[in-house]
Amino acid sequence: MLLQEIVRHLNLNIFTANLNLEVEVTGGYTSDLLSDVIANAQEGNLWITLQVHPNVVAVGKLKDLAGIILVNNRQPEEETRRKAEEENLPLLGTKENAFIISGKLYALLTQKT
Amino acid sequence: MAKNRSDERENGLIQQFSITGGDFYHAGHVSTQIKEILKELGIDPNIVRRAAIAAYEAEMNVVMYAQKGLFTLEVTPQKIHFFVEDEGQGIPDIELAMQEGYSTATPEMREMGFGAGMGLPNIKKNSDIFKITSEVGKGTVLDIIIFINQGKNQ
Repeated sequence: MLLQEIVRHLNLNIFTANLNLEVEVTGGYTSDLLSDVIANAQEGNLWITLQVHPNVVAVGKLKDLAGIILVNNRQPEEETRRKAEEENLPLLGTKENAFIISGKLYALLTQKT
Repeated sequence: MAKNRSDERENGLIQQFSITGGDFYHAGHVSTQIKEILKELGIDPNIVRRAAIAAYEAEMNVVMYAQKGLFTLEVTPQKIHFFVEDEGQGIPDIELAMQEGYSTATPEMREMGFGAGMGLPNIKKNSDIFKITSEVGKGTVLDIIIFINQGKNQ
Protein backbone atom coordinates (compact mmCIF):
# COMPACT_ATOMS: atom_id res chain seq x y z
CA MET A 1 0.00 0.00 0.00
CA LEU A 2 1.21 3.50 -0.80
CA LEU A 3 2.24 5.76 2.06
CA GLN A 4 -0.19 8.46 0.98
CA GLU A 5 -3.14 6.06 1.33
CA ILE A 6 -1.95 5.08 4.82
CA VAL A 7 -1.64 8.76 5.79
CA ARG A 8 -5.22 9.29 4.66
CA HIS A 9 -6.70 6.17 6.31
CA LEU A 10 -4.92 6.69 9.64
CA ASN A 11 -5.35 10.45 9.58
CA LEU A 12 -1.65 11.11 10.16
CA ASN A 13 -0.08 14.56 10.48
CA ILE A 14 2.65 15.35 8.00
CA PHE A 15 5.64 17.20 9.48
CA THR A 16 7.70 17.17 6.29
CA ALA A 17 6.01 19.24 3.63
CA ASN A 18 6.46 18.56 -0.08
CA LEU A 19 7.89 15.08 0.22
CA ASN A 20 6.75 12.36 -2.11
CA LEU A 21 4.32 10.04 -0.33
CA GLU A 22 3.86 7.77 -3.32
CA VAL A 23 6.19 5.17 -1.88
CA GLU A 24 5.28 1.56 -1.25
CA VAL A 25 5.06 0.52 2.41
CA THR A 26 6.15 -3.08 3.00
CA GLY A 27 5.16 -3.34 6.66
CA GLY A 28 5.76 -1.72 10.02
CA TYR A 29 8.14 -1.88 12.94
CA THR A 30 7.42 -0.53 16.42
CA SER A 31 10.34 0.15 18.74
CA ASP A 32 12.06 2.95 20.64
CA LEU A 33 15.47 1.28 20.70
CA LEU A 34 17.58 2.44 17.78
CA SER A 35 19.82 -0.64 17.63
CA ASP A 36 16.74 -2.84 17.55
CA VAL A 37 15.38 -0.92 14.57
CA ILE A 38 18.78 -0.99 12.85
CA ALA A 39 18.94 -4.76 13.35
CA ASN A 40 15.35 -5.78 12.66
CA ALA A 41 13.32 -3.28 10.62
CA GLN A 42 13.01 -4.08 6.93
CA GLU A 43 13.37 -1.88 3.87
CA GLY A 44 10.14 -0.01 3.13
CA ASN A 45 8.78 -0.38 6.68
CA LEU A 46 6.99 2.41 8.52
CA TRP A 47 8.70 2.92 11.86
CA ILE A 48 6.48 3.70 14.84
CA THR A 49 8.29 5.39 17.74
CA LEU A 50 8.20 8.05 20.43
CA GLN A 51 11.79 9.15 19.77
CA VAL A 52 11.84 12.65 18.29
CA HIS A 53 15.56 13.49 18.14
CA PRO A 54 17.49 13.83 14.85
CA ASN A 55 19.18 10.44 15.09
CA VAL A 56 15.93 8.75 14.06
CA VAL A 57 16.43 10.21 10.57
CA ALA A 58 19.87 8.59 10.27
CA VAL A 59 18.40 5.25 11.31
CA GLY A 60 15.51 5.65 8.85
CA LYS A 61 17.85 6.48 5.98
CA LEU A 62 20.28 3.67 6.78
CA LYS A 63 17.45 1.14 6.72
CA ASP A 64 15.68 2.65 3.67
CA LEU A 65 12.47 2.97 5.66
CA ALA A 66 9.32 4.36 4.02
CA GLY A 67 8.79 6.85 6.85
CA ILE A 68 8.51 7.43 10.59
CA ILE A 69 5.34 7.84 12.67
CA LEU A 70 5.74 9.76 15.94
CA VAL A 71 3.16 8.68 18.52
CA ASN A 72 1.28 10.33 21.42
CA ASN A 73 1.13 13.70 19.67
CA ARG A 74 4.87 14.10 20.05
CA GLN A 75 6.37 16.89 17.98
CA PRO A 76 9.70 16.37 16.23
CA GLU A 77 12.62 18.57 17.23
CA GLU A 78 13.15 21.23 14.56
CA GLU A 79 16.49 19.69 13.60
CA THR A 80 14.78 16.31 13.15
CA ARG A 81 12.17 17.83 10.85
CA ARG A 82 14.79 19.72 8.85
CA LYS A 83 16.98 16.63 8.46
CA ALA A 84 14.02 14.47 7.45
CA GLU A 85 13.15 16.95 4.68
CA GLU A 86 16.76 17.13 3.56
CA GLU A 87 17.03 13.33 3.48
CA ASN A 88 13.63 12.87 1.85
CA LEU A 89 12.26 10.74 4.68
CA PRO A 90 8.57 11.38 5.46
CA LEU A 91 8.03 12.27 9.12
CA LEU A 92 4.47 11.72 10.30
CA GLY A 93 2.57 12.02 13.54
CA THR A 94 -0.46 10.69 15.36
CA LYS A 95 -2.26 11.38 18.63
CA GLU A 96 -2.62 7.63 19.17
CA ASN A 97 -0.20 5.60 21.25
CA ALA A 98 2.18 3.04 19.74
CA PHE A 99 -0.14 0.07 20.46
CA ILE A 100 -3.19 1.59 18.82
CA ILE A 101 -1.45 2.94 15.74
CA SER A 102 0.50 -0.31 15.25
CA GLY A 103 -2.78 -2.23 15.39
CA LYS A 104 -4.45 0.08 12.92
CA LEU A 105 -1.51 -0.07 10.53
CA TYR A 106 -1.37 -3.85 10.80
CA ALA A 107 -5.08 -4.14 10.07
CA LEU A 108 -4.77 -1.80 7.10
CA LEU A 109 -1.78 -3.61 5.60
CA THR A 110 -3.26 -7.09 6.04
CA GLN A 111 -6.87 -6.38 5.03
CA LYS A 112 -8.17 -8.36 2.08
CA THR A 113 -8.87 -6.15 -0.89
CA MET B 1 35.51 13.77 -6.78
CA ALA B 2 36.93 13.78 -10.26
CA LYS B 3 37.69 10.08 -10.42
CA ASN B 4 34.97 7.95 -11.75
CA ARG B 5 33.38 5.38 -9.50
CA SER B 6 34.23 2.32 -11.56
CA ASP B 7 37.92 3.28 -11.50
CA GLU B 8 37.69 3.54 -7.76
CA ARG B 9 36.14 0.12 -7.48
CA GLU B 10 38.87 -1.33 -9.68
CA ASN B 11 41.78 0.26 -7.84
CA GLY B 12 40.35 0.37 -4.36
CA LEU B 13 39.12 3.37 -2.45
CA ILE B 14 40.23 4.71 0.90
CA GLN B 15 38.40 7.47 2.70
CA GLN B 16 38.62 8.74 6.26
CA PHE B 17 35.98 10.38 8.43
CA SER B 18 36.41 11.92 11.85
CA ILE B 19 33.80 11.37 14.53
CA THR B 20 33.26 13.66 17.51
CA GLY B 21 32.40 11.99 20.80
CA GLY B 22 29.18 13.16 22.45
CA ASP B 23 27.84 14.77 19.28
CA PHE B 24 24.48 12.99 19.16
CA TYR B 25 23.02 15.50 16.74
CA HIS B 26 25.39 14.58 13.93
CA ALA B 27 25.63 10.94 14.92
CA GLY B 28 24.81 8.69 11.99
CA HIS B 29 26.22 11.18 9.49
CA VAL B 30 29.38 9.18 8.79
CA SER B 31 27.55 5.87 8.33
CA THR B 32 24.96 7.54 6.06
CA GLN B 33 27.79 8.90 3.89
CA ILE B 34 29.50 5.51 3.81
CA LYS B 35 26.28 3.82 2.75
CA GLU B 36 25.90 6.32 -0.11
CA ILE B 37 29.48 5.66 -1.27
CA LEU B 38 28.94 1.88 -1.22
CA LYS B 39 25.66 2.26 -3.12
CA GLU B 40 27.31 4.45 -5.74
CA LEU B 41 30.04 1.84 -6.17
CA GLY B 42 27.31 -0.54 -7.28
CA ILE B 43 27.84 -3.04 -4.46
CA ASP B 44 25.05 -5.59 -3.93
CA PRO B 45 22.22 -4.00 -1.86
CA ASN B 46 22.24 -6.86 0.68
CA ILE B 47 25.94 -6.30 1.33
CA VAL B 48 25.39 -2.53 1.53
CA ARG B 49 22.63 -3.08 4.11
CA ARG B 50 24.88 -5.23 6.29
CA ALA B 51 27.74 -2.76 5.95
CA ALA B 52 25.45 0.14 6.88
CA ILE B 53 24.39 -1.60 10.11
CA ALA B 54 27.99 -2.33 11.10
CA ALA B 55 29.08 1.23 10.21
CA TYR B 56 26.24 2.80 12.21
CA GLU B 57 26.94 0.78 15.34
CA ALA B 58 30.69 1.43 15.09
CA GLU B 59 30.05 5.16 14.68
CA MET B 60 27.61 5.24 17.61
CA ASN B 61 30.12 3.51 19.89
CA VAL B 62 32.55 6.37 19.28
CA VAL B 63 29.84 9.01 19.81
CA MET B 64 28.73 7.41 23.07
CA TYR B 65 31.96 6.29 24.67
CA ALA B 66 34.90 8.23 23.23
CA GLN B 67 36.18 11.77 22.88
CA LYS B 68 36.94 11.34 19.22
CA GLY B 69 37.51 8.72 16.60
CA LEU B 70 38.73 8.13 13.09
CA PHE B 71 36.70 5.93 10.73
CA THR B 72 38.65 4.57 7.78
CA LEU B 73 36.72 3.05 4.89
CA GLU B 74 38.58 0.91 2.42
CA VAL B 75 36.88 -0.79 -0.48
CA THR B 76 38.57 -3.21 -2.83
CA PRO B 77 36.93 -5.47 -5.43
CA GLN B 78 36.94 -8.25 -2.80
CA LYS B 79 35.94 -6.55 0.40
CA ILE B 80 34.69 -3.62 2.45
CA HIS B 81 37.02 -2.82 5.32
CA PHE B 82 36.13 -0.54 8.25
CA PHE B 83 38.90 0.44 10.64
CA VAL B 84 37.60 2.50 13.54
CA GLU B 85 40.02 3.82 16.12
CA ASP B 86 38.95 5.98 19.03
CA GLU B 87 40.41 7.86 21.96
CA GLY B 88 38.12 7.17 24.87
CA GLN B 89 37.33 5.21 27.97
CA GLY B 90 37.97 1.79 26.44
CA ILE B 91 36.25 -1.49 27.34
CA PRO B 92 37.38 -3.34 30.50
CA ASP B 93 35.70 -6.67 29.63
CA ILE B 94 35.23 -7.24 25.91
CA GLU B 95 33.55 -10.63 26.37
CA LEU B 96 30.89 -9.01 28.54
CA ALA B 97 30.47 -6.10 26.10
CA MET B 98 29.88 -8.61 23.29
CA GLN B 99 26.87 -10.11 25.13
CA GLU B 100 23.56 -9.01 23.71
CA GLY B 101 21.70 -6.83 26.22
CA TYR B 102 24.77 -5.73 28.15
CA SER B 103 25.29 -1.98 28.05
CA THR B 104 27.07 0.73 30.02
CA ALA B 105 25.00 3.53 28.47
CA THR B 106 23.92 6.37 30.76
CA PRO B 107 20.22 6.93 31.62
CA GLU B 108 20.22 9.94 29.24
CA MET B 109 21.48 7.77 26.36
CA ARG B 110 18.90 5.09 27.13
CA GLU B 111 16.14 7.66 27.11
CA MET B 112 17.18 8.53 23.57
CA GLY B 113 16.88 4.88 22.61
CA PHE B 114 20.58 4.06 22.70
CA GLY B 115 22.12 1.46 24.96
CA ALA B 116 20.10 -1.56 23.89
CA GLY B 117 23.24 -3.62 24.32
CA MET B 118 23.07 -4.64 20.69
CA GLY B 119 25.83 -2.53 19.16
CA LEU B 120 28.79 -4.90 19.15
CA PRO B 121 26.60 -8.01 18.56
CA ASN B 122 25.05 -6.22 15.55
CA ILE B 123 28.52 -5.56 14.15
CA LYS B 124 29.53 -9.19 14.64
CA LYS B 125 26.34 -10.51 13.00
CA ASN B 126 26.72 -8.32 9.95
CA SER B 127 30.44 -8.74 9.29
CA ASP B 128 32.54 -11.63 8.03
CA ILE B 129 35.58 -10.83 10.15
CA PHE B 130 35.36 -8.72 13.30
CA LYS B 131 38.27 -7.94 15.60
CA ILE B 132 38.09 -5.70 18.61
CA THR B 133 40.89 -4.56 20.88
CA SER B 134 40.63 -2.08 23.69
CA GLU B 135 42.70 -0.46 26.38
CA VAL B 136 40.96 1.07 29.39
CA GLY B 137 41.54 4.81 29.55
CA LYS B 138 43.02 4.89 26.03
CA GLY B 139 40.48 3.69 23.51
CA THR B 140 39.10 0.98 21.29
CA VAL B 141 39.96 -0.30 17.83
CA LEU B 142 37.43 -2.09 15.63
CA ASP B 143 38.55 -3.98 12.56
CA ILE B 144 35.61 -5.04 10.42
CA ILE B 145 35.64 -6.87 7.10
CA ILE B 146 32.68 -7.66 4.88
CA PHE B 147 33.38 -9.70 1.78
CA ILE B 148 31.74 -8.49 -1.39
CA ASN B 149 31.63 -11.65 -3.44
CA GLN B 150 31.26 -14.29 -0.78
CA GLY B 151 30.40 -14.75 2.86
CA LYS B 152 27.14 -14.35 4.75
CA ASN B 153 24.12 -13.14 2.92
CA GLN B 154 21.12 -12.09 4.93
